[in-house]
Amino acid sequence: MTGAFRVPRRGIDGSRREVRFSFNGRLFTGLAGDTLASALLANGVHLMGRSFKYHRARGVLTAGSAEPNALVSIDRGAGRVTPNVRATMQEIYDGLRATSQNHFPSLHFDLGSAADLLSPLIPAGFYYKTFMWPRMAWRMLYEPAIRRMAGLGVAPTAADPDRYAMRHAHCDVLVVGGGPAGLAAALAAAESGESVILCDENARLGGAILAEPATSSMGAAMAGWLERTLTDLVSRRNVRLLTRTTAFGIYGQNAVALAERRTDHLPPEAAHGSRERLWQIRARRIVIAAGAQEQPLVFPGNDRPGVMLAGAARTYLNQFDVLPGRRPLVVTADDSAYALAKELIAAGARPAAVVDLRPDACPMLAKDISACGVAVFTGGMVLGVKGAHRVRGARVADANGRVRKVNCDAIFMSGGWAPSLSLVSQASGQIVWSEEANTYLPGALPKDIRCAGACAAAGSLQDAIDQGTSAGFWAGRVRRAEPPSQTAPEARLSPASGGPLVSPVTRQVSGLRGKAFIDFQNDVTAKDVQLAIREGFHSIEHIKRYTTTGMATDQGRTSNLNALSIASDTLGLPVPQVGLTTFRPPYTPVTFGVLANFARDGDLDPVRKAPMHDWAVGQGAVFEDVGMWRRARYFPRAGESMRTAVARECLATRRSAGVYDASTLGKIEVVGPDAAEFLNRMYTGSWSKLAVGRCKYGVMLREDGFIFDDGVIGRMAADRFHVTTTTSGAARVLAHMEDYLQTEFPDLRVWLTSTTEQWAVIAVNGPKSRDIVGAVVDGLDLSNEAFPHMSVAEARMLDTPIRLFRVSFTGELGFEVNVPSALATVAWQAVMEAGAAHDLCPYGTETMHVLRAEKGYIIIGQDTDGTVTPEDAGLGWAVGKTKPDFVGLRSLQRPDIVDSHRKQLVGLLPTDPNLVLEEGAQLVEEEMIGEPGSSLGHVTSSYWSGLLGRSFALGLVESGRQRKGQVLLATTSRGFAPVRIEAPSFYDQGGERLNG
Amino acid sequence: MAGHFSALSLLRQATGGHRRWTAQWRDAAPAADYDVVIVGGGGHGLAAAYYLAKEHGVHRVAVLEKGWIGGGNTGRNTTIIRSNYLWDESAALYDHALKLWEGLSREINYNVMFSPRGVMMLAHTQHDVQVFQRHIHANRQNGVDNEWLTPREAQRFCPPLSIASDSRYPVLGAALQRRGGTARHDAVAWGYARAASERGVDIIQNCAVTGIRRGPDGAVQGVETTRGFIAARKIGVSAAGATSTVMQMAAVRMPLESYPLQALVSEPVKPVMPCVVMSNTVHAYISQSDKGELVIGSGTDQYVSYSQRGGLQAVAHAVEAVCELFPTFSRLRMMRSWAGTVDVTPDRSPIIGTTPVPGLFVNAGWGTGGFKATPGSGHVFAWTIARGTPHPIAAPFSLDRFRTGRLIDEAAAAAVAH
Amino acid sequence: MLLIDCPHCGPRAEPEFQYGGEAHIARPGDPSALSDEAWATHLFFRSNSRGLHAERWRHSHGCGRYFNAVRDTVTDRFACTYPTGTPRPDIADKPGETR
Repeated sequence: MTGAFRVPRRGIDGSRREVRFSFNGRLFTGLAGDTLASALLANGVHLMGRSFKYHRARGVLTAGSAEPNALVSIDRGAGRVTPNVRATMQEIYDGLRATSQNHFPSLHFDLGSAADLLSPLIPAGFYYKTFMWPRMAWRMLYEPAIRRMAGLGVAPTAADPDRYAMRHAHCDVLVVGGGPAGLAAALAAAESGESVILCDENARLGGAILAEPATSSMGAAMAGWLERTLTDLVSRRNVRLLTRTTAFGIYGQNAVALAERRTDHLPPEAAHGSRERLWQIRARRIVIAAGAQEQPLVFPGNDRPGVMLAGAARTYLNQFDVLPGRRPLVVTADDSAYALAKELIAAGARPAAVVDLRPDACPMLAKDISACGVAVFTGGMVLGVKGAHRVRGARVADANGRVRKVNCDAIFMSGGWAPSLSLVSQASGQIVWSEEANTYLPGALPKDIRCAGACAAAGSLQDAIDQGTSAGFWAGRVRRAEPPSQTAPEARLSPASGGPLVSPVTRQVSGLRGKAFIDFQNDVTAKDVQLAIREGFHSIEHIKRYTTTGMATDQGRTSNLNALSIASDTLGLPVPQVGLTTFRPPYTPVTFGVLANFARDGDLDPVRKAPMHDWAVGQGAVFEDVGMWRRARYFPRAGESMRTAVARECLATRRSAGVYDASTLGKIEVVGPDAAEFLNRMYTGSWSKLAVGRCKYGVMLREDGFIFDDGVIGRMAADRFHVTTTTSGAARVLAHMEDYLQTEFPDLRVWLTSTTEQWAVIAVNGPKSRDIVGAVVDGLDLSNEAFPHMSVAEARMLDTPIRLFRVSFTGELGFEVNVPSALATVAWQAVMEAGAAHDLCPYGTETMHVLRAEKGYIIIGQDTDGTVTPEDAGLGWAVGKTKPDFVGLRSLQRPDIVDSHRKQLVGLLPTDPNLVLEEGAQLVEEEMIGEPGSSLGHVTSSYWSGLLGRSFALGLVESGRQRKGQVLLATTSRGFAPVRIEAPSFYDQGGERLNG
Repeated sequence: MAGHFSALSLLRQATGGHRRWTAQWRDAAPAADYDVVIVGGGGHGLAAAYYLAKEHGVHRVAVLEKGWIGGGNTGRNTTIIRSNYLWDESAALYDHALKLWEGLSREINYNVMFSPRGVMMLAHTQHDVQVFQRHIHANRQNGVDNEWLTPREAQRFCPPLSIASDSRYPVLGAALQRRGGTARHDAVAWGYARAASERGVDIIQNCAVTGIRRGPDGAVQGVETTRGFIAARKIGVSAAGATSTVMQMAAVRMPLESYPLQALVSEPVKPVMPCVVMSNTVHAYISQSDKGELVIGSGTDQYVSYSQRGGLQAVAHAVEAVCELFPTFSRLRMMRSWAGTVDVTPDRSPIIGTTPVPGLFVNAGWGTGGFKATPGSGHVFAWTIARGTPHPIAAPFSLDRFRTGRLIDEAAAAAVAH
Repeated sequence: MLLIDCPHCGPRAEPEFQYGGEAHIARPGDPSALSDEAWATHLFFRSNSRGLHAERWRHSHGCGRYFNAVRDTVTDRFACTYPTGTPRPDIADKPGETR
């Protein structure tokens, strides 16, 4: 038995396998193809959740993705717990485990429902009016309590082990929605051979057709059409059908984002591959056939378990073979519910009555139902509903105001159908109020988008098919005047069955007792909307924000129109003047996982590694992230701390030699007859007179005069420069150069090529570096006379052309061997072997930092910060004083830049030689301690120096160069420490070692 | 008027079915003339009007809003409040605001739900560590609270935070400002509107300014609007993304560009994020609202736009960053996303003060950081308008700084390099 | 995600491009001759147009070239793209109408 409320097979499905699952620990049996909601209803379970604010018992409202009530948590094993899953969308599988949410201690007995009793005290916006005293009580007392009550499901506590995939696709035609209109559109568009993608959020294509009873002649005809259409579409190679796939957003020019759910409907053991897939589709033309959403009616107790939309009841009955009530009350404001009433009778139910809110409802329809022995109250209304956990009865008034009690076990309501316009609005399509249809409809659309079917107010399934066909011909650029009739004439529906669009009838609510809900999940009642209006919130956006209506997980799909309608009535304004809240992506919620996609498990960004990276890993190096690069920071030996390792590496380099992987430095080849002139304009220095074979330090400014980058530039030939940049500046320096070259100086004949990854750079520093480099490089005299400091030459190593720089970022004799990257590890090995006799010591970025700071070389981005000029940084010497112009020059003449109070780079020696200041520590004069705004500057670099046997630092200090010898206080984590201002160089200030 | 808000008033109203509540602010029709017209009914403009009335005795004030109050960036931000800015000028401004936040609910008798839950900024690289340490030292020197947390301490403060060493950018530590937090954004606009309205300020919605009328001496005379001409001795423009357009009406060019800035919320879940977490390196800003939604900010789109929509890539990048920091959030869902239009200055600090046009004042360029400054911004702007000269805290944020080069560049101070 | 028609490569998705700010702001031939005001205007003051906006883009993950575009900043639709160095095409400015 698969449930006491299962009816004999009526739906389109063939034989259906039994499926076992659990809800709140209780075991149930359903049928394959069931959703969790349909399977529970088949077992007579209506109570599935608790509402947000009042913790009211709730059952299903819908049979689709707009479901606001039946949200459950699905447990698929460790890390695979998903909260807030719509029971109406979750397909069941063997072993599915679902639990309800937002209650304590249990779904049936929830202490939180005390809020329902307190509801007179806590109407919309109550929290703005109280909880203000005492001051800290909001944070400490009220807010935590409110937070515990709020929220729905519980966030997972383990990392998500599932994978998510992504595809980009282009197509001629994208059809959103796989109902009759969408399928017809896809078929018509495909005829011309255009590429077509159709997506639908449900597991099965067919849309409203699936809710038709297979037993009726019309249902059978539609089923036949559906089967033929699907067979045809599947056979076409230019058509792709995506089920369980939601088009959730339109971004820019027809860029549509789709989320495809691939495994959540399968048992965990059968789920292979990615859980979900993000499709980013660029479509030439789009047909939106997103259907329509049936709207609830607003009457007291309209939220009780057992109250659901009539269309949902039809779907449960006809698609899932479930009778959601044996003695249901049908309440309607449109014709479509009459068909349901008849189908219910045919399925063996005894409807308690049909209440038609319209005084002018069609008497023929009423007569038809009365003939079956069911009372019809035209112009009637529902005054109240009995039963907290399940509908037991209702109070119904007829047109004359006579009230009677009706016993019933369910209430099926229809407030008319509202087109799903989210994507239309997102695509900048107009949305216009239709007096005739009493709802919002698509208006003027972008030229490459059309709507079809119920979302374009189609009145019947045949209308939907016709609209779809015609939209499909347009989209597929098929030249046909009239769509051919695709269905048998008898399948043409009466307009009633498709649902004419009638706005929710809500005028009845004022004056009634009891809660009549508009937004079910957020517990917003009609009275809340009226209260908001009374308090001056007249724009629909204000009403929404004050009451929270329309802000639940369905994003207003079941509440916006009712809220608007009530606001319009209360304000006495036509609906369009009250407004329409903006539709925003996503159409239905999409997982973070599918958005983040493969940027996870360490793949947020690619990791850039220098060619010698693996060697450094083998040496046990400790790494750090610098931009996207992962660089060796130091190479600790057994038992060494960072401080001792770095001190050892420093001393080894200064005593004999150290080797450092400088491959990550940016490299740009600047070539052309005007290359020198180009560099003149881009860097502060002069390059025209730099001899071939020589190199020079360059500073690059932004146009605002602040330092942008620096590096050594070597002249390889009259028309060729080898430019180096900082590691993380490489890309932006090239972009900066390209910008000026292409747009400001297009007359210059210069070409730029990034060579960062072509050259690996082995930097050898220290007194023995010449011996080591000399042993591996051929064809070059490395003597000081032949190859002095700041030389560059092409040479050979391992029978390969290389570039050798004699430069130093340590203050020692230094060489940088640029070898082709493919040769990097071999070359590195050769250098290591040549260095073995000299105790050549590999060192990393941290040691490099100490060595350069001892010498007083700055690091852009550490000792400067984007507000520092060359003069500030002590690099005035690198600025060509006679140059008429370069990028940034004019800004250096601005009043505040020539001001004498600017911060300048200085050296700092703590009075306590063992105290290594924190980088970022502020520097103040003693008498100014504690005065806001009294800081004179800050520590930019700070280290322990094995060489000096003490700590030292660099910093930027207001008028710093005039303060030499002065003692300031540096902030520490415990207080203040005295530091003396020095020149920013602590080692070999004469440069003998560099030039030796 | 609604009278005083309190638990008692709520109780009394409950007995009458809440039928005696009245409009929280008067929906005023424009008068012929005002002492001050504020252009822009966002939090900043409403706050300025309130402080003009309350502290400067200027009661003939109108706030003109082209749509509905609080509908711009006030209602579109991620509600983060903090004052741990690096430069002295910024710290003074934002901490002035934070101090006002701390007493704001009671000051205006409207619960704006200021919740000092702590703002934690994560460091992922040595460079980040240096930058945040510098902030901490500078903040303390300026009397602004900010403290360093180790990765373990950071995780203790925010349990779902991943401090795994194998993530792409492992957490190396964090700077925590405990006084920072969040507030309910809409309530700030409504609360100021109500308090200003009670002091006689006219709040005029659906009233777009179409021109600024100036006299022969160049001074302002009033504004042309969709509801007719309104005379004003002084005009304060507080129009965020629309500032360039409004200032152009007085022939004043601004160093501003307007960009889309997107944000998103998840479906509501039970409390899981106890604080605000920000990360510049992986670009994530996240907190949890009282409703239970995770509120996530993304970066601006790269191009100038007034469309109030942006690309999926900006949203996706924010979510990537969140999943990197919080791998347990991957199965949660984005429920709603939206965009605001933020006006950005070249140094990403605001412009508050006088303009070359007599009687015309401007408060703009707040970029992505305007919400947190709302009370402070309104307070110093009111002072500036009332006295015709910049409030000392506002003085450094002059339009003139772009000429002199005395920029206040918070972003540059965090510049990445090496 | 915008679709941008690179004059050299054809239509490509936005992530291939880098925005370059307002177009037709030529660097003065002799910046030092400018007053502080004039220089600040060149550096920092932009039209920030609501409506048609001439702007620079670089096809950084394609041909690498800068080009100009006219785009409606209300709808984000491009009216045209054209090579750097050519004048802005004469297109009537009707904000929001390039739907």
